[in-house]
Amino acid sequence: MAAPLTLLLIVAVTIRAVLFRSSLAELIPERVEVVSPLNAWKRVVEGLALLDLGVSPYAGDVFHETPLIIYFFHFVIDYAEIVFMMADALTAVALYLAVKDYNKTVFRKQKYALEAERYPLDCLELIRTPKEMYYIPLKVAMFYLLNPFTILSCVAKSTCGLNNAVIALFILCTVKGSSLMSAIFLALATYQSIYPLTLFAPALLYLLQRLYIPVNWQRSSFWLFTTQYTFMYLGSLCVMVCLSFFLLSSWDFLSSVYGFILSVPDLTPNIGLFWYFFAEMFEHFRLFFICVFQINVFFYTIPLSIKLKEHPIFLIFMQIAIISIFKSYPTVGDIALYMAFLPAWNHLYRFLRNIFLVSVVLLACSALFPVLWHLWIYAGSANSNFYYAITLLFNVAQILLVSDYFYAYLRREHHLTHGLYLKRKDGSEATLVLK
Amino acid sequence: MVKEADHVPDTMQTPDVPPPTPAKDQFQEELVIRPLHSGDIYASFQFRTMWDTDFLRGSKVSHYRLFPKSLGQVISKFSVRELHISFTQGYWRTMQWGQPFLPSPPGAELWVWFQDTVTDVDGAWKELTNVLSGIFCASLNFIDSTNTVQPSASFKPLGLGNVTDQRFLRYAVLPREIVCTENLTPWKKLLPCGSKAGLAVLMKSEKLFHSSFHSQALHFRPVCQDWKCKSTVWELRQTLNVVFDLHTSGQGKREWSLFKMFSRTLTEACPLASSSKVYVDVTDNPQGELFELSPTTPLLSQAVVLGDRRTYSVYDLTNQATFGQTRSLNMLLRWRAAESAPPHHDARYVAGYGLQTGEIHTLMYNNHPYRAFPVLLLDTVPWYLRLYIHTLTVTSKGRDNKPSYIHYQPSKDRLRPHLLEMLVQLPPNSVTEVTMQFERALLKWTEYTPDPNHGFYVGSSVISALVPSVVAMDTNSTRECPLFSSFFPCKEESSYFMRVYTEPLLVNLPTPDFSMPYNVICLTCTVVAVGYGSLYNLLTRTFQVEEPSPGLAKRLANIIRRLRGVPLL
Repeated sequence: MAAPLTLLLIVAVTIRAVLFRSSLAELIPERVEVVSPLNAWKRVVEGLALLDLGVSPYAGDVFHETPLIIYFFHFVIDYAEIVFMMADALTAVALYLAVKDYNKTVFRKQKYALEAERYPLDCLELIRTPKEMYYIPLKVAMFYLLNPFTILSCVAKSTCGLNNAVIALFILCTVKGSSLMSAIFLALATYQSIYPLTLFAPALLYLLQRLYIPVNWQRSSFWLFTTQYTFMYLGSLCVMVCLSFFLLSSWDFLSSVYGFILSVPDLTPNIGLFWYFFAEMFEHFRLFFICVFQINVFFYTIPLSIKLKEHPIFLIFMQIAIISIFKSYPTVGDIALYMAFLPAWNHLYRFLRNIFLVSVVLLACSALFPVLWHLWIYAGSANSNFYYAITLLFNVAQILLVSDYFYAYLRREHHLTHGLYLKRKDGSEATLVLK
Repeated sequence: MVKEADHVPDTMQTPDVPPPTPAKDQFQEELVIRPLHSGDIYASFQFRTMWDTDFLRGSKVSHYRLFPKSLGQVISKFSVRELHISFTQGYWRTMQWGQPFLPSPPGAELWVWFQDTVTDVDGAWKELTNVLSGIFCASLNFIDSTNTVQPSASFKPLGLGNVTDQRFLRYAVLPREIVCTENLTPWKKLLPCGSKAGLAVLMKSEKLFHSSFHSQALHFRPVCQDWKCKSTVWELRQTLNVVFDLHTSGQGKREWSLFKMFSRTLTEACPLASSSKVYVDVTDNPQGELFELSPTTPLLSQAVVLGDRRTYSVYDLTNQATFGQTRSLNMLLRWRAAESAPPHHDARYVAGYGLQTGEIHTLMYNNHPYRAFPVLLLDTVPWYLRLYIHTLTVTSKGRDNKPSYIHYQPSKDRLRPHLLEMLVQLPPNSVTEVTMQFERALLKWTEYTPDPNHGFYVGSSVISALVPSVVAMDTNSTRECPLFSSFFPCKEESSYFMRVYTEPLLVNLPTPDFSMPYNVICLTCTVVAVGYGSLYNLLTRTFQVEEPSPGLAKRLANIIRRLRGVPLL
């Protein structure tokens, strides 16, 4: 499988290199759908220029990246294009290896379940075969690398690509079972933007599952491992924060980075829900709604973890999707990451209910975003409501996509326990509903 | 044979009315250009149609050649003897500009002398104003008894006739009436050549209305046919007076041409005109020392106008030679006196398009021939224009000019603005351009001013310079000297301190829709609720086989059975 993957990497790098050399390379970094005040390349360059002038990049309100990015780009600023292409390639390879390993685990569990005859007889067609699962890792890498959203994000040199790489490495380490590396990468991802904190629960669940430690409050082995993992995670996070302190000898970056993400002072339009909501918010309720919207990202973790405690990788997918939809400054690069996972759930296709509608709406909205932006900002014939409407529609489509996959996953699990062809009491064919 | 002659049909009989005489009408056009002392230029068009016909006799006039039919029908229907109507925008500044050829008040003015055969003058006046309102696309229908008067002495008839009973005179003025392209177009349609040939091609509305003063008028009156005054003819004069401003139309340069004033040149005379001439007032320029007029013309004419004898250079458009090789006439008046530029001046403007990004350009001119001097540029830019200091470029004479000192304090949202101070050395006789890109922020809806589409102001840049002095200056400040020379302390003999303020900038920011706060909150919360609802359903509910609900009869039976405590159906 190395050869197709290499070919895929070469094709992806070629596409990005061609776009870097074309005239689109000046237009794409300006688009608000692709970059946000948090991860725009222009702002990274501005921060480094401020540092050269002797002014702290966090003295103004232009630079909101973490100090480690300053460290990193201070040395590689001249090779920025190569860095971002390599980040994309790294993400794709990490996802490839992670999904390959995950598929092996899935297949092994399925084999044990079949031998233990836990599946009803009529749902054999739901059983996954190695043939069907063979190409899934390659498809995952392809979905990531050849996704137009990823390509746009890379050509715009948005640091979202680096964040995605860190999260992909975290997923790889978790799937491989290395809890230290997983904790370090998760800490790095949380340090970059706060939201990956919610991935702590699925990582913990997966590692526990891998070590055959049952999730039981009374068991000491559970608590031992949990505290181990928590300490590794918090320790790495503290180390990173302290290293950042020593770069500029000040704690300014905390309010500039984390305060900015949480309090949303900059209302630059993007594809998320926050900007117009807080542009039109009554001053009196601003703090209340900031808290509501930020809690909204975090509070699905516990219920989802309880429901999906046997399926932590699907939980990771759900969490990443929820973060991408509800975070304060989303961009298309965040969406590309969870969309890369969709080939892994190919077997759920028969249970998806709205996939046609969702895909059409996503395509239409992606086409309409630049049109309505142009009409508002350049032509002056539309106003902000048009762009806002497409934002709403895009987010509704994403929510439908995620909940559709969740429904399909749960339904398949239900069928695997209760049988595929269900009959009613009188013997006629039954329909399943959620009650 | 005789019998056949008896049966000649009626249509073959000769009618009693004599055949209509050929219409004797004549059209002349002229344009007078007069440069004014203040640097502005005054152009006056006059189009005259003379028509020997009789509106008064019972027979209807049906053959119109040069005279506009719409006006002729109105005149004959309402028995109008004299009609004077004008539409003016702006006020004629007599002190600066002298006397106009045909004066008019701002707004619309209409005064009419009716024939003495009219019995109900008020009724005719009312109908006439409504009809004219339709012809000229103006709101003349607002003329009614509340603004109409019958002056007894001021408005005597300007044409022939002995009727001076003021009963037949009506005068009204509408000061609020504005003039625009919709009034100019029907006015131009009344000309024989329209706006297609002759002097009327110059009348383009985007230039005519971009002026200090614009007046179009129409005067209809009976006049003598010739000096013997044996018979009267009807004269229709359409006039258009316009004064172009030196600064708005002329861009500050004292150089006027037909193309600069009207964005057109003359290519031919109106074929229906018997005379088509352009007069340029050269009375103040006898030897050509004040300004230069090109192309030169041998024709000179003198005329006594408004009590003064004035000399005009004449261009005869009916003569093909006037148009020269290029077959177009674009006369050019160029003033000779060259102004000396000050040693240091600055300009600033915003470049770019759209509401997302922009660029601030500051130009600093050093007009000294051989000495360079340093300037300190201070820019205070509000926080909602996010400056990017890495896009700062300073170029002089096409090459990079690195400032020796930069102090930059970036802005903090809603707390403090950007501060940029730079020390730049300006090379002699050069222009230094400082450019910087910025991004426009979207503000909260309460942070916009009540007129958000007016834009936001950015304060002037302050440029402090040590300009080299032409004469050696006195550093002793205790001596007696006038107040105006002693404000800034003088430390050096060879240069003096000067502060120049650039223009303020007016920048538009993208605006949200201010009528929508409640709607936006509802819609966004709906989307969040859709997410919450779907996930809540999937998390709290389980899959169950759906049992079809029993029919109504069975349900009722089940209710009764439940009450009885008996097993259900």
